[in-house]
Amino acid sequence: MPRFANPTQFMKLSAALVPWCAAAAALGIGAGLYMALFVAPPDYQQGEAVRIMYVHVPAAWLASLVYGVMALASAVGLIWRHPLAHVAAEAAAPLGAGFTLICLVSGSLWGEPMWGTWWVWDARLTSVLVLFFLYLGFIALANAFDDQSRGTRAAAILAVVGVINLPIIKFSVDWWNTLHQPASVFRMGGPTIAPILLWPLFVMALGFMFFFAALLMIRMRSALLEARLRALKFGNT
Amino acid sequence: MNWQKFFDMGGYARFVWPAYAVAALVLLGLLVWTLSSYRRVQRELSIREEKGPRRRKAAARP
Repeated sequence: MPRFANPTQFMKLSAALVPWCAAAAALGIGAGLYMALFVAPPDYQQGEAVRIMYVHVPAAWLASLVYGVMALASAVGLIWRHPLAHVAAEAAAPLGAGFTLICLVSGSLWGEPMWGTWWVWDARLTSVLVLFFLYLGFIALANAFDDQSRGTRAAAILAVVGVINLPIIKFSVDWWNTLHQPASVFRMGGPTIAPILLWPLFVMALGFMFFFAALLMIRMRSALLEARLRALKFGNT
Repeated sequence: MNWQKFFDMGGYARFVWPAYAVAALVLLGLLVWTLSSYRRVQRELSIREEKGPRRRKAAARP
């Protein structure tokens, strides 16, 4: 860890990694789109509407994954005062909010034709909405104070406390009655859906992950350069 | 391949395409925002660093 603790090391490493992540993201999302729209067959019950799944499910996975990354980085920042940790958490937040928004909107567009409603206040949908507000709250808190370090700390504490929401999202479909279907991919005993439907999901999710990784690193680079710029303007000049 | 049929999405076009459009819009929006703010800070920093250090060196000399 100390090796990566150094912002200078991070700038070097990320400069080398960003192009590869960007290429992998373009490839993954491109191939995922092709498989989702042209290779995967229509569902025998849902028809072509099932294609919404290839946007909805990878976005939902990323929504939780990015929150996990953000909360972990916040915890590392609070406990070990790692110089890059809070930078990473604050760079991740808008990306996670974006994935959560995609998940919510695509879910709504899938719910209307399949369930007959755009929205229900059940456990799964509500806990994902809470996730979205956790992201927004984190962003608002991080920028709420004149003293930047206070905002960073407050937001980091919110992120760590909010982790409790992740298992609630995951198990909400088992713990409560819900319109949302139970887990069909990551479950004990293996997936219940056919491989021809699984592949586009995984490829798209992989594309989203590389997209997140690339943008996360660019946003962290931005934040570090911004800090250097501030130091030049007000600090040790 | 029948494109008319493809775009019709078995009658679900008004649900399927907006879902894909929102995903594209959000991801492209994040991309454009991230890249433009990165370029801006890079540009500002290069302007500062051209002026900054030289002036400092000159001031440090007695």
